[in-house]
Amino acid sequence: MTKIKSLFISLVLTLGVSIAIAGSHGSTHDLVKERGKLMCGSNTGLAGFGAPNDAGVWEGIDVDVCRAVAAAVFGDASKVEYVPTTSKVRFTVLQSGEIDMLSRNTTWTLSRDVDLGLEFVGVNYYDGQGFMVNKSLGVSSAMELDGASVCIQVGTTTEMNLADFFKANGMSYESVPVETNSEADAAYTAGRCDVYTTDASGLYASRAGYPDPSAHVVLPEIVSKEPLGPAVRHGDSEWADIVRWSLNAMIIGEELGITSANVDEMKSSKNPEVLRLLGVDAGYGAMLGLSDDWAYNILSQVGNYSESFEKHIGPNTPINIQRGLNALYKDGGILYAPPFR
Amino acid sequence: MSSTTIEIISRSKYYNWLVKNLFSSWVNTILTVIALIFVYQVGSFFLNWAIFDADFRYNFQGELIIDRGFCSKNIMPGEYGACWAIIFARWNQFMYGLYPIEEAWRVNLIYALLPLAIIGILFDKIPFRRYFIYFTFIFPFLAYFMLYGGPGLSVVGTNKWGGLLVTLFLGVTGIGLAFPLSILLALGRRSKMPIIKSLCVVFIEFIRGVPLITLLFTANVMLPLFLPDGVNPDNLLRALVAVTLFQSAYMAEAIRGGLQAIPRGQVEAAQSLGLSYWQTTRKIVLPQALKIAIPPIVNTCIGLFKDTSLVLIIGLFDLLGIGRAALADMTWTKLYYEVYVFISLVFFIFCFGMSRYSLYLEKKLKTDNS
Repeated sequence: MTKIKSLFISLVLTLGVSIAIAGSHGSTHDLVKERGKLMCGSNTGLAGFGAPNDAGVWEGIDVDVCRAVAAAVFGDASKVEYVPTTSKVRFTVLQSGEIDMLSRNTTWTLSRDVDLGLEFVGVNYYDGQGFMVNKSLGVSSAMELDGASVCIQVGTTTEMNLADFFKANGMSYESVPVETNSEADAAYTAGRCDVYTTDASGLYASRAGYPDPSAHVVLPEIVSKEPLGPAVRHGDSEWADIVRWSLNAMIIGEELGITSANVDEMKSSKNPEVLRLLGVDAGYGAMLGLSDDWAYNILSQVGNYSESFEKHIGPNTPINIQRGLNALYKDGGILYAPPFR
Repeated sequence: MSSTTIEIISRSKYYNWLVKNLFSSWVNTILTVIALIFVYQVGSFFLNWAIFDADFRYNFQGELIIDRGFCSKNIMPGEYGACWAIIFARWNQFMYGLYPIEEAWRVNLIYALLPLAIIGILFDKIPFRRYFIYFTFIFPFLAYFMLYGGPGLSVVGTNKWGGLLVTLFLGVTGIGLAFPLSILLALGRRSKMPIIKSLCVVFIEFIRGVPLITLLFTANVMLPLFLPDGVNPDNLLRALVAVTLFQSAYMAEAIRGGLQAIPRGQVEAAQSLGLSYWQTTRKIVLPQALKIAIPPIVNTCIGLFKDTSLVLIIGLFDLLGIGRAALADMTWTKLYYEVYVFISLVFFIFCFGMSRYSLYLEKKLKTDNS
């Protein structure tokens, strides 16, 4: 049955890829402008990354990338239509042209980038598999987990990463298999396992929902690479550039200290890079086919990367994620955007 | 007979029933007591959780609950039950999805008119039934215009529809469209014309051989790929096509069961009176066959109504999908029980309604003396 299923899926995907390649002649940028709104593939709901709030407005750091692109293209961050996608349909929805971009905690991997006909334009969140334990265990490093029982979702890459990690460090563990995230939460809080492992962002989001979040600690070791970022269809480099530099503008904005609050003052700054970014020195928008104030619109309406991070998943939110890897390169992280010139 | 005698008789009637059914032997007595204790325990636990110890809009300190941190059970763990504030806060989304709230009156109007549209086909002894039937046929166009928009009304794309609206839309429209289709399929499958017959057999067997989720997936993912660039049929429409085809195949088999139960003599008698095929079918065969097929038809309808929640997998926010989205909002995350209990209750109301209606119909149409 799995064989048939995978055969079917690969058939669908191959078909999708070939047709998407065959059919990609219209420029996405023109299409988006003509339509008057950006179609953005979002999650069906992941706290802090992309979910509708009580008023039905989409929020999250993935959603902010969509808003940034809309701000760049239309000068109005609200001109986005969100298409909720599940992990099963997200790539085909993009290939069929139903959405213009996908911003939905999707890991950038070789096969997705090359084989599926996608183009990942950057990373807006560096994730990785982590471990969470109860503080009362007194464990401060994943190296001290020898012999622990671990709650793990079956059939995931996390399961394999876990086995690799323990084997590589000569430790043993007892696995407590669970099916879903919520089942894992229940098992872990009921004490059926000592350790809960999944993507670190997922651990933080889970912890935020526990009755006493401060009683649990996410260990510093990250045992896999999960770079999450926005993707577009392969073969339309102009559009990929727009999405890539919309994300970069948010990161460079943080680097240069431009926030949504001070963006107007910064227009009179003496730093030439700031002036280039905000369109005071003309010419950079035209290269992308955008107006010169495109990055100004992003920073004034959406804010810089740090603002987006702090607002949706930062330490002051229930999700409470530290910047860590996602800090700027000069603050000890690996977030790095090419220079704006 | 004086009233006291009646009382005694009726009291002894209950007493006899109790003895006969619950306390006939000591084993049964013990089982009854255990069952009663069990029911009491579970029932009181649930009622305490869901009603007596629960928060509705305000917590025990009288504050309006605006996020899960305000729930009494999160302020004093272990002391309080459900926190229904999430349902109140998200009520509009549960009812209309992401439909613009200033336009929600359009959905409300359609919700209000829906019973009027179906009452004519559900019951035959109502006054002015003919006008209700007319309305039934106008209603789909009216509903489309009101919900989607058009001249005079702003357009609300179906990607904004959600919650109960999508569930009802798929359920009602799917069942409504599938019913005539399934009758044709059932008749076609019993037809003597080989091409029609084989087409119907292939269609029914193919659709029945594939899970609904695969059909939805195919409709959602493959359809746009085969169509020319820029032609993207609506997501909801694609789901509706899949749901309708699926339902018609299943219902066709239920109806075929009814057709096969009609004695051959009925058809022969009609033919000997000179009735044509369609006259025979319409006046003699179908009324009897459909009557027999009521329980399995309703069965598939209930099944379909619940299956609509599978559209979550193709990114449509039906009632279940909107509930999961609510749980993904960090304002409300982890109130699983409240959301799922609420959704089950809504599904239960509709499915139980359908089931009771089928019982009523069976009783009404019962003509034999057995």
